[in-house]
Amino acid sequence: MDSESKLINLTIDGTEVSVPEGTTILKAAERLGIVIPRYCWHPGLSAPAQCRMCLVEVEGWPKPQPACVQQVQDGMVVNTDCVEARKARRGVIEFLLLNHPLDCPICDAAGQCMLQDYAHETGQLRRRAVEAKVVLGRDHVTPEIVYFADRCILCTRCVRFMDEIAQEPVLQVINRGHKGYIDTMTDELFEHPFSMNIVDVCPVGALVNEDFLFKARSWDLDQTASICPGCSQGCNVALGTKENRVVRLKPRFNPEVNSYWMCDHGRREVVRWGAGMRAEVPLVREAERLVPADWARALDATVEALRGVEGGAKAIVDPGASNESLYIVRRLMDQVGFDGGSFRVSSGPQQVLKGFPKLALREDRAANASGAEALGYGRVDDIYGAVRSHRGVLFVLEEGLDDAPEDFADGSALFVYIGSVLSPAARKADIVLPSPSFAEMDGTFTNFEGRVQRFTQGLRPPGLARPIWMSGSVVLARLGGGEPFTSAAAAFAALAEEFTAFSGLSYEKIGLTGAVSAAAESGATAS
Amino acid sequence: MAYPYEHPREERMLSRYFGEVDAIGIDGWIERGGYTALEKALGTAQDDVIQVVKDSGLRGRGGAGFPAGLKWSFMPKDGKAPSYVACNADESEPGTFKDRELMRWTPHQVIEGIIIASYAVRAQHAYIYIRGEFVDIVRVLNGAVVEAYERGYLGMNILGSGYDLDLTVHTGAGAYIAGEETGLLNSLEGRRAEPRVKPPFPAQKGAFGMPTTVNNVETLASVPHIVLNGADWYRQWGTEKSPGTKLFSCCGHLQRPGNYEVPLDFSLKELVYDLCGGPPEGRELLGVIPGGSSVPILTVDELDCEVSYEGIEAAGSFLGSGGLIAMDDSTCMVRAVRRMVEFYAHESCGQCTPCREGTSWLTKILRRIERGDGREEDIPLLLDVGSNMAGSTICPLSDSAAVPVVSSIQKFEDEYMAHIRDGSCTAKR
Ligand SMILES: Cc1cc2nc3c(=O)[nH]c(=O)nc-3n(C[C@H](O)[C@H](O)[C@H](O)COP(=O)(O)O)c2cc1C
Ligand code: SF4
Ligand code: SF4
Ligand code: SF4
Ligand code: FES
Repeated sequence: MDSESKLINLTIDGTEVSVPEGTTILKAAERLGIVIPRYCWHPGLSAPAQCRMCLVEVEGWPKPQPACVQQVQDGMVVNTDCVEARKARRGVIEFLLLNHPLDCPICDAAGQCMLQDYAHETGQLRRRAVEAKVVLGRDHVTPEIVYFADRCILCTRCVRFMDEIAQEPVLQVINRGHKGYIDTMTDELFEHPFSMNIVDVCPVGALVNEDFLFKARSWDLDQTASICPGCSQGCNVALGTKENRVVRLKPRFNPEVNSYWMCDHGRREVVRWGAGMRAEVPLVREAERLVPADWARALDATVEALRGVEGGAKAIVDPGASNESLYIVRRLMDQVGFDGGSFRVSSGPQQVLKGFPKLALREDRAANASGAEALGYGRVDDIYGAVRSHRGVLFVLEEGLDDAPEDFADGSALFVYIGSVLSPAARKADIVLPSPSFAEMDGTFTNFEGRVQRFTQGLRPPGLARPIWMSGSVVLARLGGGEPFTSAAAAFAALAEEFTAFSGLSYEKIGLTGAVSAAAESGATAS
Repeated sequence: MAYPYEHPREERMLSRYFGEVDAIGIDGWIERGGYTALEKALGTAQDDVIQVVKDSGLRGRGGAGFPAGLKWSFMPKDGKAPSYVACNADESEPGTFKDRELMRWTPHQVIEGIIIASYAVRAQHAYIYIRGEFVDIVRVLNGAVVEAYERGYLGMNILGSGYDLDLTVHTGAGAYIAGEETGLLNSLEGRRAEPRVKPPFPAQKGAFGMPTTVNNVETLASVPHIVLNGADWYRQWGTEKSPGTKLFSCCGHLQRPGNYEVPLDFSLKELVYDLCGGPPEGRELLGVIPGGSSVPILTVDELDCEVSYEGIEAAGSFLGSGGLIAMDDSTCMVRAVRRMVEFYAHESCGQCTPCREGTSWLTKILRRIERGDGREEDIPLLLDVGSNMAGSTICPLSDSAAVPVVSSIQKFEDEYMAHIRDGSCTAKR
């Protein structure tokens, strides 16, 4: 709260509240836990006050007022649930349902639909209109997004997202009055790297993502707080999971990182993730063949192999691995003699969200390149060149090795592969330790500006896959490197002790919105 | 050419030169004393011009009747930001056609008023926002603007006073809602003509985000007379709360429809029966809508009142824009109301749910009643839908749409019941 601004005292539903001057009734009510129904108002967009759902009574005022734009005044007495306000709300709901198809049983928004919610709340079961409903069609607005015109309540949130946030005003209300609908001016499809946010802002099921269409009911989804792995921005997201698969991603509000938004690339990335052969059980090389093993045997074999090995350790890691995983691999390398670790980052064009320029789909299409750097790994173009003549231990963490040369790792005394997908090159390893994907475990990523953010487990990992911070810490303990970690938080605590980029941070401090270490911050301001 | 239906009982201040082709061009206008008010105004301090308009009691003729001088006084006086005057010439209220005549016959009367208003509120640019259908009037205005520039009434250093003003005629594309002042401003800016949420009011944040005064054509045309002759002179007509004269556009079932200018203390009944000659031979009047379709209908028994703002209000309606619509006993009230509501459904900008959906629902119910498929419960339904539409939206169009429905049910319920119960109509054809 701005300490300069004046406080206004008012009463809402019988309770007094003080809020800074300029606050709207809607916001003031939220302070008291009173949620005034709204459609057109969205916290990230301008307020056109046009749906008229949020009308409340202000005592002594001639007409009900739209809470979303009406600012508080000293001594105001607001009633959000009196006869007048209820009548106004019932009226708006009735108007909206006049031509609404109420096809909830086949609507993607059912269960998360504001029209459903408020219609239930106002409890109107009987339809007063006998006139036939207007039937409109459906149409694509982008190659992936379908517009169901019948369901649209013309709140213009989608129009305003494209206008104010994307700053590509491609969507419009076409026609006027009851003939209005949403489309592009030219009736052609549009494409925009942040287009799918229009699906998120739509309060009903009028804009739906074809990729998700008819796949799942929203109430069947479990929601998990996570971080998008699509690029180094680190958008805060909620994973929507069902039957142990991620079926969709929705942005999770974080004013420092992504506000209410995220890009389309990130959503596609995660939903498509997990194609390919998963590593499900530990594998140990015996007589030239990789054979499945249980963890006890696999860890025995790893400890055995690392004990007394010569030539130091090199690693190739993936910048999508968590800080905790990268840290343990680093510790294992230290144990044998750290000889350098490297990673490569795939890249694509940067796409800034103009209306919230803190957010961009970053060139680095990996979530944790900053973390890898902070933990002592070096960014290179040629990951294979860095290990070509290496004779000691070679660790590979999560890197897919799709384009590995024929003789990859041939000279290494020991090749340990830690990862979730088993590529042909990984099969050359002496030991394979299967690990979960980011959606299957807890961990942290460090985004492009040094912000450390936590993601949490939303899926069961397949088979015997187990995070490396867990299995690796057992190996370390047996080699004399401290106690095994029992949680990702403990692994993080240890790394925060050791690496200044993380000093002072803990899982508790990071919370669900992330934090920047004091050391990293002062470093950033100094540079 | 005499203007149709002049009447000796009129008080023709604004309409004095209606019908005189010579008064249209600038020379003719100057011969008739044109632009002397402007000269006088430019020699007067801005605030004194505002004061005389305040003292005159001139009220906005666009419909709401807001005091013009008071509105002007809301404009910032520091001259820091660019500011504008917009002359509202969108005239689309059903039954209203007075601004059209003012611009057609006396374009310089309107322009002079605009220049004086702009000077008073310290605007640098003025616009005439005119409805696109007025193709011929646009031509007249554009010609007059060119003339005014040529004579130095517009442009840089007007009449050597140091005051600069540009005037642009901007045509709309034919939307009633572009006549609502903030819808007008959006349209002027090239956006959809959707009314804005107020506050902020145009004087705070108007065209292009800058302070703007919006006034009706007739309001502005009255200004030169007031500035030239003084507030007391203007107050010789009308009442304390409604000084001056006003044009009434009278149409419908009348013997002599047309524009009549009368003092605001004139009798409504005499306006209808004497000036307009009452209903056609052999007909009886059913009712009169005195101020455009957005105001409640009055029955013949309610006409015994003054045409002042307060007089018509006391009778149960509003002066509105002064668009008087008379309906005789050949009128099917259900059909007439359905037609009016259809207009609002067509013209609703569609932002507000109650207006967008309500206007179309009312239309459908009325159509059903009109064709004989009404139900008795439709009457309370119409009233309740009307009440849900009123007072709940960004602009008053939603209220306006409900007005004819509610007032006609209150006063002519029998006609509705005849349709509903017997599928018949009480209109005498
Ligand atoms: C739906 C609607 C339509 C309107 N149309 C007109 C119009 O055509 N001409 C006009 O002068 N005022 C119109 N008005 C009134 C204007 O909003 C505004 O009050 C007026 O232009 C102010 O000028 P005045 O103070 O000189 O009357 C309309 C208002 C509404 C709500
Ligand atoms: S498509 Fe959705 S967001 Fe867009 S106007 Fe319709 S209801 Fe609102
Ligand atoms: S900007 Fe980056 S982090 Fe955000 S959603 Fe897109 S890919 Fe994911
Ligand atoms: S009341 Fe009707 S015309 Fe006025 S802003 Fe709302 S929808 Fe538009
Ligand atoms: S939320 Fe306030 S009018 Fe839509």
